[in-house]
Amino acid sequence: MGRTLAEKVYDAHVVRRAEGEPDLLYIDLHLVHEVTSPQAFDGLRMAGRPVRRPDLTIATEDHNVPTTDLLKPIADPVSRTQVETLRKNCSDFGIRLHPMGDDGQGIVHVIGPQLGLTQPGMTVVCGDSHTSTHGAFGALAFGIGTSEVEHVLATQTLPQTKPKTMAVTVEGALPEGVTAKDLILAVIARIGTGGGQGHIIEYRGEAVRSLSMEGRMTVCNMSIEAGARAGMIAPDETTFAYLKGRPHAPSGADWDRAVEYWTSLRTDDDAVFDKEVVIDAAELTPFVTWGTNPGQGLPLGDSVPDPASFDDPVERQSAERALEYMGLTAGTPLRDIAVDTVFVGSCTNGRIEDLRAVAGVLRDRKVADGVRMLVVPGSMKVKKQAEEEGLDEVISAAGAEWREAGCSMCLAMNPDKLTPGERSASTSNRNFEGRQGPGGRTHLVSPAVAAATAVTGRLAAPADL
Amino acid sequence: MEAFTTYTGRAVPLRRSNVDTDQIIPAVWLKQVSRTGFDKGLFSAWREDPEFVLNQPRYDGAGILVAGPDFGTGSSREHAVWALQQYGFRVVIAPRFGDIFRNNSTKMGLLPVVIPGEQVDELQTRIEKDPTLEITVDLASREVRWDGGTASFEIDDYTRWRLMEGLDDIGLTLRHADAVSEYEAARRDWLPTTV
Repeated sequence: MGRTLAEKVYDAHVVRRAEGEPDLLYIDLHLVHEVTSPQAFDGLRMAGRPVRRPDLTIATEDHNVPTTDLLKPIADPVSRTQVETLRKNCSDFGIRLHPMGDDGQGIVHVIGPQLGLTQPGMTVVCGDSHTSTHGAFGALAFGIGTSEVEHVLATQTLPQTKPKTMAVTVEGALPEGVTAKDLILAVIARIGTGGGQGHIIEYRGEAVRSLSMEGRMTVCNMSIEAGARAGMIAPDETTFAYLKGRPHAPSGADWDRAVEYWTSLRTDDDAVFDKEVVIDAAELTPFVTWGTNPGQGLPLGDSVPDPASFDDPVERQSAERALEYMGLTAGTPLRDIAVDTVFVGSCTNGRIEDLRAVAGVLRDRKVADGVRMLVVPGSMKVKKQAEEEGLDEVISAAGAEWREAGCSMCLAMNPDKLTPGERSASTSNRNFEGRQGPGGRTHLVSPAVAAATAVTGRLAAPADL
Repeated sequence: MEAFTTYTGRAVPLRRSNVDTDQIIPAVWLKQVSRTGFDKGLFSAWREDPEFVLNQPRYDGAGILVAGPDFGTGSSREHAVWALQQYGFRVVIAPRFGDIFRNNSTKMGLLPVVIPGEQVDELQTRIEKDPTLEITVDLASREVRWDGGTASFEIDDYTRWRLMEGLDDIGLTLRHADAVSEYEAARRDWLPTTV
């Protein structure tokens, strides 16, 4: 019987397999940031262990970094200590670090692909659940906890049990105005926040194949929001074209050997998935969330649902609580929901294509009175490229704030936060209670919807303008 | 890691589904660089409500949390596990867990126990009626027992053994350092390095 893409990559990394024990899996790339690593480095120190492969490890500062005044020290002393701790750890253990102010700095899941470090068929881990982003290249990439970060630093391996595989096939072409973000929000609403649990999702079908690498990263990024360990897309010409010429991509004869191997990384025709979901792309429209988990989403043309309409008592209770937290009334058209803040950025939607989509909508338009709009590039390189294309001028001229790179308001560990009761349309990945600041209310949207919403002050798609 | 064999004690019912790790420990608490002091951050937003279950004195001293489906979804922050343990929990019972949270728990010796939703509901009702109800979570026999009820749960033999012995994964893996070196020597030579 044939194997799925996920199985091929997994099998190629098994260092040791023994009956009754988890497999020992080799890790090709370990990404590190300041939040989930300090206790792991401490553990190494206490045990007197070195980092086994500093040359397969790279670190950046992203979660805590302010997006203004980069040259000043971080004002919050606790954030500053965490960033300084990472600097000391990287220096002590010999790990390459892209600190604040460095032109290679950025969100950990933006810089890996940007450098060409993320390649098809690799295993990639990071102490961050959105590591699934890298699956867009046909890599097996997943988030780990701090104990596992320490384990990878010490051994370059992880004990793993082979996950099950799930196919999400999106057939047909995406309609005009429907983006990768709409696609993944619709998938999560369909299968639920636990729908991918224990599985690696492989996204397939014409709509997925036609996405750019940026769009594929958006889709794979939110696999965790459907409960999946990882998301993957088989590498193809789009992948190779993205990688070619990047600083860490193979070159010369190595490039040809790599492409030959990468081309073999596809699910065999006779392979069987443990679970399959098929979605008709023609049915997709701009999609937004109304609740407090990413599965609570609907097409923008719908209305806030009535909790009584849910058959499952757990879902009904969850919807009741969500409406109360979000300050919404059942039956309100989603397009009538007014927002205070629009956030564009994050590892989900902070790449160049996302900023182009936003600037495309904002060109010759203004952000509505009373609405604050933050645009935070995913990395300093993305920022520079956007500025070379003049996108920053369009965004600033519309009245939005053009910021430095970082995770920013996606999780509000830096000064960019919602205040209690404040409502946002956000291109990030989580609408959990308080995620963007205590008491803040989040609607997850695509970059295009974010920009249109900023213009009208209410949830809107560019077609509404 | 602290070994886990059996725990007998009281429990707290948390009647919520999709308790994501941002609720278990909000991001503001993740700025610490040590492994201690996370108990104060446990459910810190929800604990502002005096009615929240952990603020009810009748549940004081409970070592088991009984929650709704999809407990621990979202962020990979292991701080969620540290916070639960440092607050005094040894076991979390739920019908379904987020994968990473569940994995992190078994690395630290916090036991995640999956039992069916109906039994979770039954157990929560019993605890609400009588918060002094003693519940035994027995890892050796893979059973949860209380007066009038029993639920069995699944856990793979290897994880169970590791938890019962309190073994550190890194030490176990380092026994196979030769296999790792052998694998490394055979890796494709064009694979990238970060230097």
